Amino acid sequence: MNLIFEIGKEGRGLSLLPKCDVPVTDLPENLKRQSELHLPQVSENEISRHYTKLAQRTHGVNKGFYPLGSCTMKYNPKVNEEMAALKGFRQVHPLQDESTVQGSLEVIKMTEDILSEILGMDAFTLQPAAGAHGEFTGLLLIKSYHTDRGDTKRTKIIVPDSAHGTNPASAAMCGYEVVSIPSAEDGCVDLDALRDAVGEDTAGLMLTNPNTVGLFDKNILEITKIVHEAGGLCYYDGANLNAVMGQARPGDMGFDCVHVNLHKTFSTPHGGGGPGSGPVGCKAFLQDFLPGARIKGNIEDGYYYEDSPKSMGSVKMFHGNFLVVVRALTYMLTLGKEGIPEASANAVLNANYMRVKLAKKYEMAYDTTCMHEFVMDLSELKHRTGVSALDVAKGLLDYGVHPPTMYFPLIVHEALMVEPCETEPREVMDEACDTLLELYDLAEKDPEWLHAAPHNAVIGRPDEVGAARKPVVKYTWE
Amino acid sequence: MGSYVPNTLKEREEMLKEAGYTSFEDMFSCIPDEVKLKRPLNLPSGLSELEVARKMEELADMNVVFKSIFRGAGSYDHFIPAIVNSVISKEEFLTAYTPYQAEISQGILQSIFEFQTMICELTGMDVANASHYDGATAAAETIPMCVDRKHKTAYVSATTHPWVIQVMKTYCFGSNTKLVVLPSKDGLTDAQALKSALETDPEAACFYLQQPNFFGNFEDAEAIGEIVHAAGAKFVMGVNPLALSIIKSPRECGADIAVGDGQPLGMPISYGGPYVGFMATTTAMMRKLPGRIVGETTDDQGRRAFVLTLQAREQHIRREKASSNICSNQDLCCLTASVYMAAMGKEGMAEAARQSMSKAHYLREGLKKAGFYPVFHTEFFNEFVTTCPVDDKELLDALEAEGILGGLPIADGSILWCATEKNTKEDMDKLIAIASSITGKGGLSYESNI
Repeated sequence: MNLIFEIGKEGRGLSLLPKCDVPVTDLPENLKRQSELHLPQVSENEISRHYTKLAQRTHGVNKGFYPLGSCTMKYNPKVNEEMAALKGFRQVHPLQDESTVQGSLEVIKMTEDILSEILGMDAFTLQPAAGAHGEFTGLLLIKSYHTDRGDTKRTKIIVPDSAHGTNPASAAMCGYEVVSIPSAEDGCVDLDALRDAVGEDTAGLMLTNPNTVGLFDKNILEITKIVHEAGGLCYYDGANLNAVMGQARPGDMGFDCVHVNLHKTFSTPHGGGGPGSGPVGCKAFLQDFLPGARIKGNIEDGYYYEDSPKSMGSVKMFHGNFLVVVRALTYMLTLGKEGIPEASANAVLNANYMRVKLAKKYEMAYDTTCMHEFVMDLSELKHRTGVSALDVAKGLLDYGVHPPTMYFPLIVHEALMVEPCETEPREVMDEACDTLLELYDLAEKDPEWLHAAPHNAVIGRPDEVGAARKPVVKYTWE
Repeated sequence: MGSYVPNTLKEREEMLKEAGYTSFEDMFSCIPDEVKLKRPLNLPSGLSELEVARKMEELADMNVVFKSIFRGAGSYDHFIPAIVNSVISKEEFLTAYTPYQAEISQGILQSIFEFQTMICELTGMDVANASHYDGATAAAETIPMCVDRKHKTAYVSATTHPWVIQVMKTYCFGSNTKLVVLPSKDGLTDAQALKSALETDPEAACFYLQQPNFFGNFEDAEAIGEIVHAAGAKFVMGVNPLALSIIKSPRECGADIAVGDGQPLGMPISYGGPYVGFMATTTAMMRKLPGRIVGETTDDQGRRAFVLTLQAREQHIRREKASSNICSNQDLCCLTASVYMAAMGKEGMAEAARQSMSKAHYLREGLKKAGFYPVFHTEFFNEFVTTCPVDDKELLDALEAEGILGGLPIADGSILWCATEKNTKEDMDKLIAIASSITGKGGLSYESNI
């Protein structure tokens, strides 16, 4: 299909601005742009059709099932969008005086308080804009704490080998050396390996629970104890919070700080990759180090910002992705104390429901009760038929289902990680299971068909090697 | 209470049984008893849609929405064409995620490719990534691109937005990088101070310059770029993307990396977010770019196709050796910026930029007559600093009573004003009249004595 630069004509455009009603100020010659500026020259009709075509070439949660493991692609309620569009939220300047933004401050304060209760923390900042940004902020909290105590020999962060790639990358951004520890046979933390790894140089541990293979680590209290006894802190990566919210709290598991993904657990739209929001929470002893100003006061006497002298500074301009926070708060208030555990219980139920159905043919990486997601291991299938996890994933595309996460975590070789979420009707999951089971049979009967999949998408498999070898990263005018 | 779980209680019972559990408690026996939450969350009960809408509207109503806004400082109230919201509300864009499966994500991938192209056009650079969280984080992430074993110190001009400097400092606290803030002189970067600082530091990695700077002033970016390059450091420019439709592009000023906040390109001020950071660089530095990059290729039948590319830089492959931990992108905001630029076109963007600049000049003249004298005497874009001869609170309160958000009080009792194409002459005359009624210097022509 055409790029937007390949439609329209010289001279086309929209009528958007009135004539300037004050004398026009000219830019001095030496400041003026010299080079030509190529931008689309299109009518509104052409823009509308172009993006409608692009939308049709995009799979979203609203189009169909999206069981992308570790991404929590749940339904994004419409009321959240309507609330974020309110003029009182959209049309407010970030540097307005506190007295004129009491509504925004109340939104932030309520969200911080609700998150604190769900996570078992004492304080939150909403400044981080994404999960990885939250990890970075959480590790800076740990670094601030050790630095403040003059404990500068703690230079290492322990990360299990099953962790998401952002964990070690975030640790490296904070100047830490990453110590990767192997997972035990059952996919959980190997306690002996952890005991061997901790020491006087341990700054902290980064962990998700349930972990990246979808299992709740039953030794969690022992794990956090080992790290604490060595003088390190425990960081909870909230990627998998949708499994446990209202059932168990990281704060009660011994974690000192956490991040959560509002765009996963709290139903704000992923937007093709963002904007998200990755609030960071902590226990009281860390709260002075949080980034940004803290909100003080109350609804009766008014809220105000207060700087903390020990704050790490700021990880982002202003007060975070505020409109994302508005959506998440709307969701949290909608669900309330009953709906939050109901959501996690059904997320876990749906995952186990699919797991048991698929286990009839597929090998499970860990054949036990999972939390909100589970990992299938297609190594044996690949060995026998040549059909890989990638091939099965591409086969799914022809059935209107977004494939599960492929090749993650790295400790499972031909991994497909399935996370259905609580918002899927039973028959959608039934159909997806039938399709996956059918593809399993097809792998045995007609592997070529799967190697060549997808057959009905708008494009076939793209040449990724060619794309990386000779990168074309922008359109060039002739 | 509200719920988005579609399955009925009866269905849930059946599903539990099929999965081999007698109850939810049975299923959750995989969570050790000692960490289970054995009480309800201490939160209010859930609400119906009508109730929650009422509650949120109440909160929105507690905010003051100003009819006209004369405050910028990193968040600009520009006009947003109607087509922008229409496009970004499309559910497919809204509810998709990072385009991991290219075959069913061509729409997202192509829109990012178009965004990268438009950012390259604006900045004059060769390659742009698919975005950062905002302009400040983009600025901070340029530092690791420039720092290596021989080049260890990062420099930033004091004329940069203070919040951007703070974010850079915080990131540098993480990476243990030395960051030096270089002084300003008369509202501009002190070129002499820059020169001597870089000349005496063989380890200088990069210098960051904001254009137009925090005070709205135009820096002599080309001259500064030459000083930076002469010292063997990288020249990084933070730019206002709307201004780039009329002013020299970073490439024309010799920049190695250009970053900025895309908020002026169709994003509402939204109490500070979400916005989007853009980052573009030269081909030579392409493999140091953090974040997602979309490339054009072909599919197995030779059809045009788009994919995430150059992934060997990224965290999911390189882990602790990655150029950044960035994983997501602000795609919906990229789309916002793209649709905005398509709708405005080069003429529309240049017109919005010129009008913003013209109105700021008109406002400055008026305020001068009312006794608010310009602090700096140099070329400026759509922001400028004046003195404040009265208590700033008195002025701002008087403006607020008329639905006007006045400028931002900054250091030394001065005020940073901003105008955009949305501000009418009538609004500005009203503002000036209120200001002069407070100083008693209405209508008189005073030459600045500063």
